[in-house]
Amino acid sequence: MTSPNPEARPLLEVKGLQKRFAGIVATNDLSLDVRAGETHALIGPNGAGKTTLIAQLQGELTPDAGVVSLNGRDITREPAHRRAHLGIARSFQITSIFPQFSVLANVALAVQAQQGHGFKFFREAWKDSALTIPAREAIDRIGLSDRADIYAEDLSHGERRQLELAMALAMKPKLLLLDEPMAGMGRRDGQRMTKILQGLKGVYSILLVEHDMDAVFALADRISVLVAGRCIATGTVEAIRNDPAVKAAYLGHGS
Amino acid sequence: MPEPMKHSAPEASSFAGALKSTWPILVALGALALVPTISAAIDNPFLIRLFTRAVIFAIVAVALNFVLGFGAMVSMMHAAFFGIGAYVVAILAFHDFDGAPLWIFPGTSNLAVAIPLAVLVAAFGALLTGVVSLRTSGAYFIMITLAFNQMLFYFFVALQKYGGDDGLQILADLNFAGLNISKRVTFYYVALGVLAASLIFFGRLVNSRFGVILRATAQNERRVVALGISPLRYKLAAFVISGAVTGLAGALWATGQQFVSPSDVSWVRSADYVVMAVLGGMARTWGPVFGAVVIVLLEALLPSATQFWQLPFGIIVILIVVYLQGGLADLFGRARPSSGGGR
Repeated sequence: MTSPNPEARPLLEVKGLQKRFAGIVATNDLSLDVRAGETHALIGPNGAGKTTLIAQLQGELTPDAGVVSLNGRDITREPAHRRAHLGIARSFQITSIFPQFSVLANVALAVQAQQGHGFKFFREAWKDSALTIPAREAIDRIGLSDRADIYAEDLSHGERRQLELAMALAMKPKLLLLDEPMAGMGRRDGQRMTKILQGLKGVYSILLVEHDMDAVFALADRISVLVAGRCIATGTVEAIRNDPAVKAAYLGHGS
Repeated sequence: MPEPMKHSAPEASSFAGALKSTWPILVALGALALVPTISAAIDNPFLIRLFTRAVIFAIVAVALNFVLGFGAMVSMMHAAFFGIGAYVVAILAFHDFDGAPLWIFPGTSNLAVAIPLAVLVAAFGALLTGVVSLRTSGAYFIMITLAFNQMLFYFFVALQKYGGDDGLQILADLNFAGLNISKRVTFYYVALGVLAASLIFFGRLVNSRFGVILRATAQNERRVVALGISPLRYKLAAFVISGAVTGLAGALWATGQQFVSPSDVSWVRSADYVVMAVLGGMARTWGPVFGAVVIVLLEALLPSATQFWQLPFGIIVILIVVYLQGGLADLFGRARPSSGGGR
């Protein structure tokens, strides 16, 4: 970043996003931005449209109206696989991995996708150091090194969540979309994941959907609150904690 | 609690490792290579005919399994690709014998020309049908490929000039650039060589970057897209490769039989190939070879035992599938699903 003011142009910009499913408004005139290097948390009650928003940012869903831009480039109509190459990586709320590949193979595929070159027919992919070295780096980073050769389906739930994240990191993303990385985790696994995410904070630009408020308050630079498909507030952790509208709509019993 | 077994997906890291995972097929190919000797020893030429059939069907089953077992595409039109390959050889030979050109091209009995052409036409057929059918998946993919298979079947039935319903006898002397390969034993070894080459070819392919994408797509297509890969062209390429090798098997079939007929294109054949792959075991490239040999042998031997041979045939197939979920290949040790077609 050579720009004197890094806040001048956000990495991700969402303006007036709209998405409807058979009469239900899932995303309602939603605008928000993620600055380069920040961890931006997205909170809101179940059904607020958080995952739907993530899907529209990643490209799995196309919005009915509105604009999504990455680094000033309009990507609203780009298909998901192109957005991945532009630097958007998503980890899924419901663990989405390749169960019959080893951990290393899962991550190596993410590296391969990032490199291109899918039409290589004869060299063994899993012996190709161009894939395995970056894959092992991502696995080390996420603390799964001793599980690298295990089949993904044999991992514990918490480890699978870690694998999700390792795959996203292996894509060398500009923007990480993390959809409830701690979903379904016990306290200990959750704390470990929080630690891992703290290590990523500042290194990556992150949009984080999470229900675990301790984690959100520990990790986020800014928080946006989604209610019924609309962003009702964006601000620092302190500002959101003390926002009366947020308290009423979401935190409920105060904090 | 016992430590979980350490599997490494990048198996076979050494020659010994490779041998460990492939010995059953090496033994099987060795046994198949002895068939002509045994056939001569017991003075029973029928044995070679039977095993020629098994070997050629094995090539198809292996090629089919590349898309079925590793790509989770249940194609019901591989008999069509087989038929295309067979008819290209037969029609070219027909025009060579007849003297009349095919449109502006002369016919040929030279397999060095006819076989590559058969492979190309089959590949082109797979490209056209794949572009349409691969936009669907699951049951719709099965139905569309089945429909294409029937279109091709009726197309060949309607080709009155080339025998229509009755099929087409090859009257010209087929040769490979002047070499005579139609002697039974020679031809058997040619077919066996093509089977071995296909096994090496697909064995390399499934572990390449291309193959890994195919297998990943079968397990979790949504994730593949999220990683930045558009799966359609990889599936299409796999379908074309599979169709091309199946066309090659069809070309061999026409050469060996000196005859093709629409029954080679029937959808029942397509279903047979699926059964061979499932029965043999889809988790390994070589599994379907066992399926093909067992099915061809059962079809040949059971009818002499009983008129109602389909009954024991069905029971045997069911028992194998129930007790060996990974197919016959599981007799030599279990393997993980190659692609995870189920998920």
